Amino acid sequence: MSLNRADIEAIARLARLSLREEEVPALVDGLSRILGLVAQLDAADTRGIEPMAHPLPGLAQRLRADVVTETDQHERYQANAPRVEGGLYLVPKVIE
Amino acid sequence: MSLHRRTIAELARGLRAKEYSSVELTQSLLARIAAAQPALNAFITVTGEEALAAAVAADRRLATGDAGPLTGLPIAHKDIFCTEGVLTTCGSRMLGNFRAPYDATVVAKLRAAGTVMLGKTNMDEFAMGSSNETSFFGAVKNPWNPRRVPGGSSGGSAAAVAARLVPGASATDTGGSIRQPAALCGVTGLKPTYGRVSRYGMIAFASSLDQAGTLTASAEDAALLLTAMSGFDPLDSTSVDLPVPDYTAVLERPLTGLRVGLLKEFFDKGLQRDVEEPLRAALAVYGKLGARLTEVSLPNLPLSVPTYYVVAPAECSSNLARFDGVRFGHRCEDPRDLTDLYERSRGEGFGAEVKRRIMTGTYVLSAGYYDAYYLKAQRVRQLIAGDFTRAFTQVDVLVGPTTPTPAFELGAKTADPVTMYLNDIYTIGANLAGLPAMSIPCGFADGLPVGLQLIGPHFAEERLLNAAHLYQRETDWHRRMPGAYA
Repeated sequence: MSLNRADIEAIARLARLSLREEEVPALVDGLSRILGLVAQLDAADTRGIEPMAHPLPGLAQRLRADVVTETDQHERYQANAPRVEGGLYLVPKVIE
Repeated sequence: MSLHRRTIAELARGLRAKEYSSVELTQSLLARIAAAQPALNAFITVTGEEALAAAVAADRRLATGDAGPLTGLPIAHKDIFCTEGVLTTCGSRMLGNFRAPYDATVVAKLRAAGTVMLGKTNMDEFAMGSSNETSFFGAVKNPWNPRRVPGGSSGGSAAAVAARLVPGASATDTGGSIRQPAALCGVTGLKPTYGRVSRYGMIAFASSLDQAGTLTASAEDAALLLTAMSGFDPLDSTSVDLPVPDYTAVLERPLTGLRVGLLKEFFDKGLQRDVEEPLRAALAVYGKLGARLTEVSLPNLPLSVPTYYVVAPAECSSNLARFDGVRFGHRCEDPRDLTDLYERSRGEGFGAEVKRRIMTGTYVLSAGYYDAYYLKAQRVRQLIAGDFTRAFTQVDVLVGPTTPTPAFELGAKTADPVTMYLNDIYTIGANLAGLPAMSIPCGFADGLPVGLQLIGPHFAEERLLNAAHLYQRETDWHRRMPGAYA
């Protein structure tokens, strides 16, 4: 499986990653090599095999009781935010 | 004997006997960290002041007899664990200024047990790497040879323990990130069963694979730390609600009749002869200890690496979507609009390997490819897990090499990602199946440490620690220290 520059640019858009021009050739090559490695999976006979999403079969994930457990700590958490005003995260204008 | 040469178990006895105080121990190790930092780069942050304050408090508890087995013991945490008020970077520019607002459960539990945190260890960016070369804060060097890598992604923790800068450190293992650096640095690494240790506050890479564990000088020390770290945590939905045994209780149980399975696929090919020799010698030790050795075949295991490089990047692309430049982490200058803010913040904040994995994951999950890649890999994962389940009906423990070669040179494998990924060929299987596994030092090849890997069934940590401890009773490989740091 070989990818080209247009593929890489499309994947980068989906992943919301800006790439510098000089990063593109290495990603074309690197992802193509990785997909070449992954192609080994084609040889495995997986007919009738259930996909495995959780490594501990039989141990279902719990649901907690639907009650409020969090206290308001927005000032503490927003201390790490790049830009905050009046308790709100600031981003560029979304709606004209 | 100098304090740094002692294990956690020995230091704990010395602290109780008042041979030295936690403050003295902390000061002496902080001095070693400072002296080694230019050569090894094992730490991203050293928390000297906080450590001394914690040591003073520990000494008070030791004086009043109100101390647990780990009170006053200095350790380090991998910089993937959130530490309240302390820089937590995950080895990335993205989190270069992030001060965690809370402690990870692992950190909180070890703090409550009385340990003294000396600092945060260097690591591959977001735990993605096998050499520590992807860290935004520069590569860590191997204490046995500074031109060699320490392994990754927990390379800082492994190098710090190998150079006896700390007697133990926390670490995480998604595809081998505890065991591979343990092997390359000549220390003892333990990756517990998936769900045994809480993932809360441990920055997520691949959530169905990530598990926290330990790097220490001995299996006995791993047992001490694991006992304090493990347990059910309502804050992690995959945390398993099973009682935590005292992992030190059965370390001395004789191995007579233990069924040890040699992983046929691991000994068949790709193993250097000078790596195979110490492994064969280690197996002979197990024979002498009364274990019964047989060969076991896991035919789907050679598909571990391709399976992992679908599953792990897919989960990574989803987990790392949270880094958007809005709520925390790096934000680009003067974004034109919201899309530009996302794309440039992420493009600037993430390094090359992280981008490669996010993009691989985005691709395998994208419309039209999901079935062919992601579901296919999840099905092969089921086959691999099934191989392990069958093997554990015949044997109690599986053994094999941890890595195909000893530590390689810095820069040797950075050109081709697949070459780097194949370093984890022997470690990934245990992650895919969620099994506990260890790496213990078993000799040297060309002056560099070689690791023996032990893999057990789910929640068989006691059996692994027991087998590792009795091997370490018979041998002294785990006591060897790199000359420059002995």
